[in-house]
Amino acid sequence: MNFTLASEFESVPHAEPRQPWKNTKLTILRSVFSFTVAAVLAALIAQVTPLAGRLGWFVAMAFTFPAVMAVVAYKRGSRAMADQMVTGIVLIGFTSVMIPWVSIVATVISRGLKAFYVGFLTTDMLVNQPDDPLNMGGVSHAIVGTLIQVLLASVVAVPLGIIAAIYIVEIRGRGAGVVRFFTQAMSGVPSIVAGLFVYATVVVTITHKFNAVAGALALAILMLPTVARTAEEVLKVVSDDLRASSQALGASQVATTFRVVLPTIRSGLITAAVLGVARVAGETAPLLLTSQYFVKFNTNIFDGPMASLPTYIFSSLGVGTDNSVARAWAASAVLLTLIFILFTIARLFGGRNRKSH
Amino acid sequence: MQADAELEVSIDIPEHRKLQVTQGTPDRIFRYIITTGAYFSLAVLAMIAGFLLYRGFQIFSDFGLGFITGAKWDAGSGDETAPAVFGVAAMLVGSLVIAIMAIAIALPFAVISALFLEYYAPLAIRRFLISILDLVAAIPSVIYGIWGYAILMPHVVGWSKSLNSWFGWFPLFDVPAPIFDRSPFVAGVLLALMVLPITTSVAREVYSQAPRDQIDAAYGLGATKWGALRTVVLPFGKSGLIGGAMLGLGRALGETIAVYLVLNLVFKINLQVLASAGGNVASMIATRFGEAGPYELRALMAAGLVLFLLTLVVNALATLIVNRSKVQ
Repeated sequence: MNFTLASEFESVPHAEPRQPWKNTKLTILRSVFSFTVAAVLAALIAQVTPLAGRLGWFVAMAFTFPAVMAVVAYKRGSRAMADQMVTGIVLIGFTSVMIPWVSIVATVISRGLKAFYVGFLTTDMLVNQPDDPLNMGGVSHAIVGTLIQVLLASVVAVPLGIIAAIYIVEIRGRGAGVVRFFTQAMSGVPSIVAGLFVYATVVVTITHKFNAVAGALALAILMLPTVARTAEEVLKVVSDDLRASSQALGASQVATTFRVVLPTIRSGLITAAVLGVARVAGETAPLLLTSQYFVKFNTNIFDGPMASLPTYIFSSLGVGTDNSVARAWAASAVLLTLIFILFTIARLFGGRNRKSH
Repeated sequence: MQADAELEVSIDIPEHRKLQVTQGTPDRIFRYIITTGAYFSLAVLAMIAGFLLYRGFQIFSDFGLGFITGAKWDAGSGDETAPAVFGVAAMLVGSLVIAIMAIAIALPFAVISALFLEYYAPLAIRRFLISILDLVAAIPSVIYGIWGYAILMPHVVGWSKSLNSWFGWFPLFDVPAPIFDRSPFVAGVLLALMVLPITTSVAREVYSQAPRDQIDAAYGLGATKWGALRTVVLPFGKSGLIGGAMLGLGRALGETIAVYLVLNLVFKINLQVLASAGGNVASMIATRFGEAGPYELRALMAAGLVLFLLTLVVNALATLIVNRSKVQ
């Protein structure tokens, strides 16, 4: 009986749920009008009061825009006024949140370009001092060092992260909740603590020297939670029908996992790995304690310090002269570009977007 | 009575059968390997605590509770005239002050951004804005640090001066000398920016799960958008927001390089947040590590353990709260 009821209900055409909070043309028009009035008012206020420059105008705007929005709604009663004022506050609030990030990207790129020349990507700092003119020396050693250490970290963290996700989603063992909870909690381990831990174990006990493998291990600790989390989300997308079909054909769980489930979500797993890499590529603190910095590319990953982009930035800042700080900005631009590229790759493989359907 | 019983039988729908797979040897090996691998991450957490305790144990036995309550950090001269004294109280207080300040600044903006992304932003650009949020969460802390020092600090110093001249009578905003750069306040503002993405995305996720029927009901009763948000969405998301804030707090407590670059390290319990003196445990470890002798290294390990346990507790609580608010 329930069956017939349910299927009958399915056949009844029902309206798509509407979104009452969606903006209509009228509300948008009102907002644009209020925005213009508030902008003019804010400019006037910025002239009269000590608020100066574009930021001063924006601060004035933060007060005038919600006020004007409220005044425009005056005819529709006090609740409409409150509603419009909050709309103004939310719009201004979100814009003000974006300002610093736009500033970060813009500053890094504009200041980075000043110290950038073609050879910056292809030379190291072996024969140059950080304070040398900006057409000498570069970050090739740091780029290679970062790539090597991040690659080594991925070799450790990506399989472990995927294994943790398989345990939670595929095996659903008794400890699934515990493993999930602790991998999540692990994402909060301060990066400096990961560095200290690897220093205490690998550097002090085993190698007695700073080296790239130690740096990679510290990065792996920080990378694992991101990989595990993303891989888990991707694994959950795989339909249970697929697993059931595979097992109905007599496949073992190993075969189901490796020949049905994992190939289905290959691109999602790549996303998980790339997001993990993006998470750690800019880590500085753990590397200061494990692989440190060296002016030249080091070919031995077990022996001696190895440069990386973050530690290059850090050590150039430490020198503190105009030219070395300019180098730090240029290296920041390289690092930021690297991370943005990684992010774009992760988006292109689109493991996250699959969640939406 | 008879009819009822018959009806019950006819309603009886077979349960979805639970898959029962007879395990072969390969499956058993597979499960064994995966289970071991999965528990490895737990083992790493235990090992972090274990090794730091092992390396720092001598410090805990030498100084006892004084390591937590003492504010003095001095490696000494190595002989009896000036013995080494280690205590993390100043740094611990500094960590908490900066992190709490960061969350207090970030939280209103996180709520506003989450509401904007979920209920105000045009659908066409919503997804784009959300991926921007993910992207800025990945900006390295050293870049936040260099930007914070060069661009943000001059602005914040200006705000500090205004705060000090208007509210200087209030002990927290008083300063011993009119130097406002590299203060805990600067670090707090910078960290607020750094924890904003994670707090916002947790808040947004929770707000997106607010019950649709109740929102519709609020609209049906004639509520404005703000009315619906205030009566349905905000109360629903309260616990999730607290969880997100604590997650941000955990991040802020452990931040190293950005704080190192914008804060003047002074080993003194300093609650005057505008004054140019402060510190946090993480940046103190990074600062002292380079020049530390063997004994001070042990003290740094002990400090690392304290920081690790503190952030672990905060994060575990946050995860619990966030997970529970999602189940509702």
